[in-house]
Amino acid sequence: MSIKVYVPRDSAALSVGADEVATRIAREAETRGLDIRVVRNGSRGMLWLEPLVEVEHDGKRLAYGPVATGDVASLFEAGFLEGGDHALAHGVTEEIPYFANQERLTFARVGVIDPLDLADYEAHGGLKGLRKALAMKPGEVVEEVVESGLRGRGGAGFPTGIKWRTVAGLPEDQKYICCNADEGDSGTFADRMIMEGDPSCLIEGMVIAGIAAGATEGYIYIRSEYPDAIATMKAAIRGWEEAGLLGDSVDGSGHAFRLFVRTGAGAYICGEESSMLESIEGKRGTVRTKPPIPAIAGLFGKPTVVNNVLSLASVPVILSEGAAFYKDYGMGRSRGTQPFQIAGNVKNGGLVEKAFGISLRELIEGFGGGTASGRPFRTAQLGGPLGAYVSEDMLDLPADYEALAEGGAMLGHGGIVVFDDTVDMAEMARFAFEFCQIESCGKCTPCRVGAVRGKETVEKILAGIDVAANIALVEDLCDTMTDGSLCAMGGLTPMPVRSAIRLFPEDFDRAPSAVAAE
Amino acid sequence: MANPYLKDDAPGGGVDPATAAEAVCARHGNDPAALLEILHELQHDIGCTPQAALPAIANALNISRAEVHGVVSFYHDFHETPGGRITVKICRAEACQSMGALKLIEAICRRNGIALGETSADKRITIEPVYCLGNCALSPAAMVNGRLHGRLDETRLQAAIDGAAT
Repeated sequence: MSIKVYVPRDSAALSVGADEVATRIAREAETRGLDIRVVRNGSRGMLWLEPLVEVEHDGKRLAYGPVATGDVASLFEAGFLEGGDHALAHGVTEEIPYFANQERLTFARVGVIDPLDLADYEAHGGLKGLRKALAMKPGEVVEEVVESGLRGRGGAGFPTGIKWRTVAGLPEDQKYICCNADEGDSGTFADRMIMEGDPSCLIEGMVIAGIAAGATEGYIYIRSEYPDAIATMKAAIRGWEEAGLLGDSVDGSGHAFRLFVRTGAGAYICGEESSMLESIEGKRGTVRTKPPIPAIAGLFGKPTVVNNVLSLASVPVILSEGAAFYKDYGMGRSRGTQPFQIAGNVKNGGLVEKAFGISLRELIEGFGGGTASGRPFRTAQLGGPLGAYVSEDMLDLPADYEALAEGGAMLGHGGIVVFDDTVDMAEMARFAFEFCQIESCGKCTPCRVGAVRGKETVEKILAGIDVAANIALVEDLCDTMTDGSLCAMGGLTPMPVRSAIRLFPEDFDRAPSAVAAE
Repeated sequence: MANPYLKDDAPGGGVDPATAAEAVCARHGNDPAALLEILHELQHDIGCTPQAALPAIANALNISRAEVHGVVSFYHDFHETPGGRITVKICRAEACQSMGALKLIEAICRRNGIALGETSADKRITIEPVYCLGNCALSPAAMVNGRLHGRLDETRLQAAIDGAAT
């Protein structure tokens, strides 16, 4: 029997040469007359080890990484197919502390299975949740999700089940499930890893949502920056259609559900749910005023469940293992697990799925291993470009929705971007406004104009012009943006700005430059 | 500046944009909700989404030309003129900044003789900013002709650019 060798097809792995490594391994095996089968799996999430090659030996998977094409011959020399020792060997993958210390529910199959092999999916617990849901009444499915305590993983943290209940309770014939896969926050890649590593899990979650809410059509809105995720999702949907799991009668149940992929076009704002709906309708991605909420009048004016990839991908395990099992993880009102993404200037960047309540320090220092540069830690930005910067003394805060909000930060989509002591926080505040200027949809004035004025004012601070007065002006502008913006783009841009000013005032205390002093 | 009436410089190398647009719209059943998909495909087919194509799209989808123009101009992905033969999308979002992306951008732009957001006069290369490619644990990141690259420095990125040219 041929030996299985796993080389990820996740785009992060591809970005550092996984395709070339896979080709070289296949060629080397052929030359040596060895019988191997190369499986292209998702990523295990230990991204600093990518390309991470695994060999199946004695029923266990052994890890070697990061493997460059130049290492392949020596791996064969070392007998890696039989678990031979090598400088890049890490032993059994699942015993690597970074991996062993996680609680993988949503990401249970990512990196383990061949993403497009439905039989492999089913052999690893896939379709169990869907089959359970099909045997239940739609209302019972909704209540199971309510009971699990699952909250929107896109950042807002709204209870997923309550959203479903609202849509399920409306009488309209046509309803929709929309999956927000416009993962634009810097420091986040969990949605991409699911779509590339276990697309069936997302599809299963969407079909269950469709059955529960009475929707027969679903859309996945994926950002155009993710071409691999788009291709993998489309291929997975075809596989489900061919297997009779999508279409007029899902798995012969009589429930109809069809799924479509829509591609974004480089607009960050389309991650805001109402902008995304406009974009799926083929329009400019401007935000809608609320009410009505999308659950009542969403896509094409019909009741629509809008959920993030991670929320929907958490549904199958909730159905298969039960609400109580899922709810058992977490703390306070944050139940279940969160896939954290440790990124930026960090030694061991990657995906860490843990129950809510783990401290930021455990994530950044424990899992992350400190900065990549080896220089002292200065700050981390949590929850993307609209999230707050935190200081070193805040790292003992537990990562849950409420505790972080109390500390003046937010969890968002679970992204953590680490910076060392070379970061200039006034420059980051300027960038926050600049980003808002570039990505604002332009519909409301506080965001459209506020971003430009904010950037100009921070530039004056950077040049040392009337620093105290201009900081006061920025604070005042932040009030206006927070209170007056239509959505989180303008409403939360003050988060990174204000946290930078509050926690790192020394970076704003600029001496007038030579030009300004003249 | 290149003569815009020269055939080689015309979008799609001489293909009539209106005809190309009509074909793409027809492939999508002239569904106005598919406008983004239509524009992506048109850009793939002829290299850009030029003004000359917009009336044909508006007509096919039974929406106003202003609505089509509004969509084309709203999204960063759509360009009215074709870019260079090599397109480099280089990330300048926070995670990549934390790993020196701004210095990398400066170096790579200088080395290729253009500013960020520009296309070289000989149409060899376009370097544009992008805000997150989802490769934040392997920063800095860039996409070269649709292919993602991570753990970049100037040498590695230039090698990727040169590799795309051949």
